[in-house]
Amino acid sequence: MKLKINGALRDVEAPEDMPLLWVLRDLLGMTGTKYGCGVAQCGACTVHIDGEAVRSCATAVSEVKGRAVTTIEGLGATGLHPVQRAWIEADVVQCGYCQPGQIMAAAALIRIKPRPSDVEIDEALSGNLCRCGTYQRIREAVHRAAAMSAPGGKS
Amino acid sequence: MSGRAGVSRRRFLTTSAGLVIGFTVLPKERLLALQQPGAAHALPPPNAFLRIGEDDTVTVILAHSEMGQGIWTTLPMMVAEELECDWSKIRVEAAPAAPVYAHPAYGMQMTGGSTTTWSELDRYRQVGAMAREMLIAAAAAQWKVDPSACRAERGFVTSGSRKASYGALAKAAQAQKPPATVKLKDRKDWKILGKPTRRLDSPQKVTGKAQFGIDVREPGMKVALVARAPVFGGKVKSFRAEKAKSVPGVRAVVEVPSGVAVVADHFWAAKVGREALDVDWDLGPGGSLDSVKMREDYRALAASEGMKAAAAGDVATALSSAKTRLDAEYEFPFLAHAMMEPLNCSVRLGPDSVEIWAGTQFQTGDQMAAAKILGLKPEQVTLHTTFLGGGFGRRANPVNDFVAEAVHVAKAAGVPVKVVWTREDDMRGGYYRPMWAHRLSVGLGADGAPVAWKQTIVGQSILDGTPFATMIKDGIDEASVEGVADSAYVAATPHHWVGLHSPRSAVPVLWWRSVGHTHTGYVMETMVDALAQAAGQDPLAYRRRLLKASPRHLGALELAAAKAGWGTPLPAGRFRGLAVHASFGSYVAEVAEVSVEKGKIRVHRVVCAIDCGICINPAGVAAQVESAVVYGLSAALYGEVTLKEGRVQQSNFDDYEVLRLDAMPKVEVHIVPSGEKSGGVGEPGTPPIAPAVANAVFAATGQRLRKLPLKLA
Repeated sequence: MKLKINGALRDVEAPEDMPLLWVLRDLLGMTGTKYGCGVAQCGACTVHIDGEAVRSCATAVSEVKGRAVTTIEGLGATGLHPVQRAWIEADVVQCGYCQPGQIMAAAALIRIKPRPSDVEIDEALSGNLCRCGTYQRIREAVHRAAAMSAPGGKS
Repeated sequence: MSGRAGVSRRRFLTTSAGLVIGFTVLPKERLLALQQPGAAHALPPPNAFLRIGEDDTVTVILAHSEMGQGIWTTLPMMVAEELECDWSKIRVEAAPAAPVYAHPAYGMQMTGGSTTTWSELDRYRQVGAMAREMLIAAAAAQWKVDPSACRAERGFVTSGSRKASYGALAKAAQAQKPPATVKLKDRKDWKILGKPTRRLDSPQKVTGKAQFGIDVREPGMKVALVARAPVFGGKVKSFRAEKAKSVPGVRAVVEVPSGVAVVADHFWAAKVGREALDVDWDLGPGGSLDSVKMREDYRALAASEGMKAAAAGDVATALSSAKTRLDAEYEFPFLAHAMMEPLNCSVRLGPDSVEIWAGTQFQTGDQMAAAKILGLKPEQVTLHTTFLGGGFGRRANPVNDFVAEAVHVAKAAGVPVKVVWTREDDMRGGYYRPMWAHRLSVGLGADGAPVAWKQTIVGQSILDGTPFATMIKDGIDEASVEGVADSAYVAATPHHWVGLHSPRSAVPVLWWRSVGHTHTGYVMETMVDALAQAAGQDPLAYRRRLLKASPRHLGALELAAAKAGWGTPLPAGRFRGLAVHASFGSYVAEVAEVSVEKGKIRVHRVVCAIDCGICINPAGVAAQVESAVVYGLSAALYGEVTLKEGRVQQSNFDDYEVLRLDAMPKVEVHIVPSGEKSGGVGEPGTPPIAPAVANAVFAATGQRLRKLPLKLA
């Protein structure tokens, strides 16, 4: 089947019910999207489908035929995305394993809510677990990224 | 061909263009001498590696694993401080497994015990200083001047109007004789160390480029899932693989000591194949395990004294004559580490070698285990350490479970293979923080201070049954009693007894961020809070009194209390609790602000103060203490692994909950200025959080919670 991933058409041979996560990781070699739980409980596998944050571990590949999939590899098509820059500036990462998912969730949030409140950030990102406990910095970095992305922001 | 990459890498380290520094291992006496204060400066540096490229890059090779704790940044800071290089030119690589990378204090290549930074402070600085001297010597020879007429600064050696970059000098520097001694800078002259420094691994981690073990992909490599026994210690009786083999993408089904492996083209096929597998298990005695029953057994055991871990005076007499006596029983559950990256390991066998990729904390042990299984010498085992998607102790296993199993699978399947654990496999795979019970009787004198302290601890020894069992002395595994046997409160109590029972069970146990302090810190700090109450004194004032001979406890306590505004009014419904605990050479106090609504505990703010001695990277210290607080809070509020009929009852993040963003308190970290020897940082922030929260819950509700996770009656 044909998939549109990060703007490119990719041909994959996969069972219809194979989760998008494993198509990305094991068939296409795009390992930036992570496996954490397999049951949409941790958010490590978050990608964008038509701009919306989706758990790729619980999304059958057949569901994304003809839709635009964006992964962490394609987020900053022309250099780092403001969310990625904010993540570096706020020194968010520790082990880093959950961060591609956190960043994808944050980027989707900022797209629909350009200046999210703490409550809106909590609501949007509480499905993304981090065992290193970087949550406080994630909140800070989302605000920072929002400021960068805003008109007149230093993006 | 397997093995080739390892050999070529070692060759590269010794022969590539540019400056390479390699040292031989110091004899044990020298290593011991290095641990003595002030001795290090007089000695030649121990083994370490550094590579300066002709393109001016400075590559620091890490003897330890990066699992989030930030040593990818901290160790290069040490090198750069002495090397006087351009920080933007620093590159970092994980070292291969080799004796030269042995931990300066442990003698094996491993990462754990919150030791990396303090144990490497001399070695990595010495490496930087040696390289600087060799670069200067090369420039001086080239310019025919005395080395004393040359300066090293920001990646260049200069002398008068002459100037050469480190890259331009690298090749000539390699030919210089390494200096026999180097003088390290005084701390007051530090330009990098002690300054908050951002992480060097962020760019690759925010773009998805960082390679974790689970991301390893090598030509022809298959993915395997292992069907393991449903109870600990169970064995395969028989299995039928026809259905599994008929799943498209499944290539082989092989038996290994730990179960039956389904080898497939990709994870999904292996998972579907494993579900189609039919295995008969011989459950063995593990099939009757019940954590409720174990709790009862532990409580019963706690009523008798056990093996002596610490004792002074006559505790029985002192208890009977004490003015006030408090008795308490505590219970702690098994805890899973639940790192975000589930366990995995990749293996490629060659005719007389093997190549392994793993996010591991224990290279030496894993390398030896693989060699033993395959009948190879350790040096025939090439081990690549990837980034670790969290470690917390789970990836430092003295019996090397996940690495050894992957080697068995690759051997049985005859193909390169990556063994991946599902979240459920990882959650149910054992090697938990042990279950614990404590029983205490404390007698107070007329002034309210303890005069008698009797405590019995019950729980599995982590070292028992491992190659490290020889470290158990007189029946005491120190990791079982740390935080009690060495407690400042116990030491200050004239009559005391600390006893230990170490029952065995089929449940495999392991160190878990802050190890014994996970339970002992909780017991001591909630008990002292109860004693303060019994003595009619403020919890802070009471601790000040008991800890008057422990200035570093006090320093942390006073700073946290001041920053938290201890004693000042709070908004309605908010309550404070505090705790202070020493572990891994550091002292941490935390004040938690908590509310309780409809039986639900919410933590709003945590103010931390840490005395970690000389602070190497304040930004890293703040991040680690924040992290340790969250890790401890997850355990305090939710963490519990239970067993029924031998089966672990939790499986994933829906039934083994951990803290989420919407429950994240505001965490502030303050560092106590200190010139003391550096202590550990990754773990010491964990022990105080649960008791600080519990003490706040008491302030809010009057309930003393002595069973974790915290649940209100």
